[in-house]
Amino acid sequence: MEEESGEDSGKDDVRDGYVPSERRLQRERHKRARARRATAIAALSTLVTGVVLYLVVVNAPGWPRTKETFFDGQYAREAFPKVLEGLWLNVQLLLVCGVLVLVLGMLIAIARTLPGPVFFPLRVLAAAYTDFFRGLPLIINLMIVVFGVPALRLQGVTVDPVLLGGAALTLTYSAYVAEVFRAGIESVHPSQRAAARSLGLTHRQALRYVVLPQAVRRQVPPLLNDLVSLQKDTGLVSIGGAVDAVRAADIIAQRSLNYTPYIVAGLVFVALTIPMTRFTDWVTARMDRQRAQGGSL
Amino acid sequence: MSDAVAPVLRMESVRKTFGGSVVLRDVGLEVAPHTVTALIGASGSGKSTLLRCANLLEEIDDGAIWLDGEEITDPRADQDAVRRRIGVVFQAYNLFPHMTVLDNITLAPRRVHGVPRAEAGERARELLERLGLGGKADAYPDRLSGGQQQRVAIVRALAVRPRLLLLDEITAALDPELVGEVLEVVRDLKDDGMTMVLATHEMGFARDVADQVCFLDGGVVLERGTAEQVFGDPQQERTRRFLRRIVEAGRL
Repeated sequence: MEEESGEDSGKDDVRDGYVPSERRLQRERHKRARARRATAIAALSTLVTGVVLYLVVVNAPGWPRTKETFFDGQYAREAFPKVLEGLWLNVQLLLVCGVLVLVLGMLIAIARTLPGPVFFPLRVLAAAYTDFFRGLPLIINLMIVVFGVPALRLQGVTVDPVLLGGAALTLTYSAYVAEVFRAGIESVHPSQRAAARSLGLTHRQALRYVVLPQAVRRQVPPLLNDLVSLQKDTGLVSIGGAVDAVRAADIIAQRSLNYTPYIVAGLVFVALTIPMTRFTDWVTARMDRQRAQGGSL
Repeated sequence: MSDAVAPVLRMESVRKTFGGSVVLRDVGLEVAPHTVTALIGASGSGKSTLLRCANLLEEIDDGAIWLDGEEITDPRADQDAVRRRIGVVFQAYNLFPHMTVLDNITLAPRRVHGVPRAEAGERARELLERLGLGGKADAYPDRLSGGQQQRVAIVRALAVRPRLLLLDEITAALDPELVGEVLEVVRDLKDDGMTMVLATHEMGFARDVADQVCFLDGGVVLERGTAEQVFGDPQQERTRRFLRRIVEAGRL
């Protein structure tokens, strides 16, 4: 914002014959110089940090051995396509579970904030659900669902480890996300609800049109955090035998006794989350800009 | 303005645009020490923007602003140091709802000015007492009435002993009874010698309390003078029309 209004002097001067003063031009020159200096300092400090880190790592006594076991180009090339193939499963799980988690989490959060004595059992149930699944370690939850459900030999219930694993992930993460949503709903200032209710909106409408839009906007960073976490935890589904990116790396590593495939898998996961984070940052920043009163502090 | 005393606040050819719309076109202003300047004008005439620019909450496009002879719009100026010397009271109070009244008031003295807790608390209670809020120190803002909240906001601004106080339509959200109570406070502050700039729709009050009245219109200070000059014998047609409307509405 500041930059914009600073840089385009003379853009708005057509109508009222405004000519930027020497003072303004000088101020803008100063700002540009300062921006250039800041960029130069940032570049230099990045370079120095990079070189120092490089030298520390390369001069470590165990570096040659570490390089061989963790950074072997040949194994990396071998593992990469397999890992990518496995990653598709992770992505599918992420997409399906992510949507289910958001919907379920929202429903549970709303259930927990419903007013009135009629909904008491629903509130208790929702609270019990979040308490239980947030406390239960994911890995135990996964084992119970992936191995326990098939053991029941129920008619018509799937034994597919991917589907069951996805169900377990959804159970746990819905509890997390429900709490995120609930915290968001409660963080909206009571005056907002009061204003909405006094316009005659029902509880549900106030929630839908006034409270939730504000809450969800604030919840975007923590929600994204949970989604990234979910994305990594999709790798745990491999305990049931499904071949995902981690499992694919594991297979090669077991065979070759070289850990490079894990590094490859790790980097692939990182590469997957970065665009997601940047995209959310961009969306929230844009929402802020549209809404803000003016200058940023 | 007398030439003998250096002004506390001085603005010269200030220009501020938002997107394509020019809010302040070419504003000049001088505020002498221990005087009250009232900014009047229609809604949207840029009164609030002018105050926000003076406090560097908005970055001006062109022109310059001086505080005690020091140019604060210089990009090299320390903005926080400037804001430490200026108190602001907002139309919507902007109290921190998660802090008690006392914490709201002592936040800046303690965290910014390094005043010890006990001393800051003592001064805050003293000010609260003076503004008739002695019993409210430990209450939370949402529990107070609008008038009380606005007085707390004034105390918060005063707690750091500012050089200049900016008041942005501080009575706009209050009912008439509470308006009186807040304006009384401003009058007292004037008697204490506080330098103030206030944007207001309370014409009667502006006439009473202001040493200088500025009528803002079309992004410039169209007319300025003492209260008697501006209200009694306005020179500009636009000022006359504005004041006539105010009188018709029974507000002067």
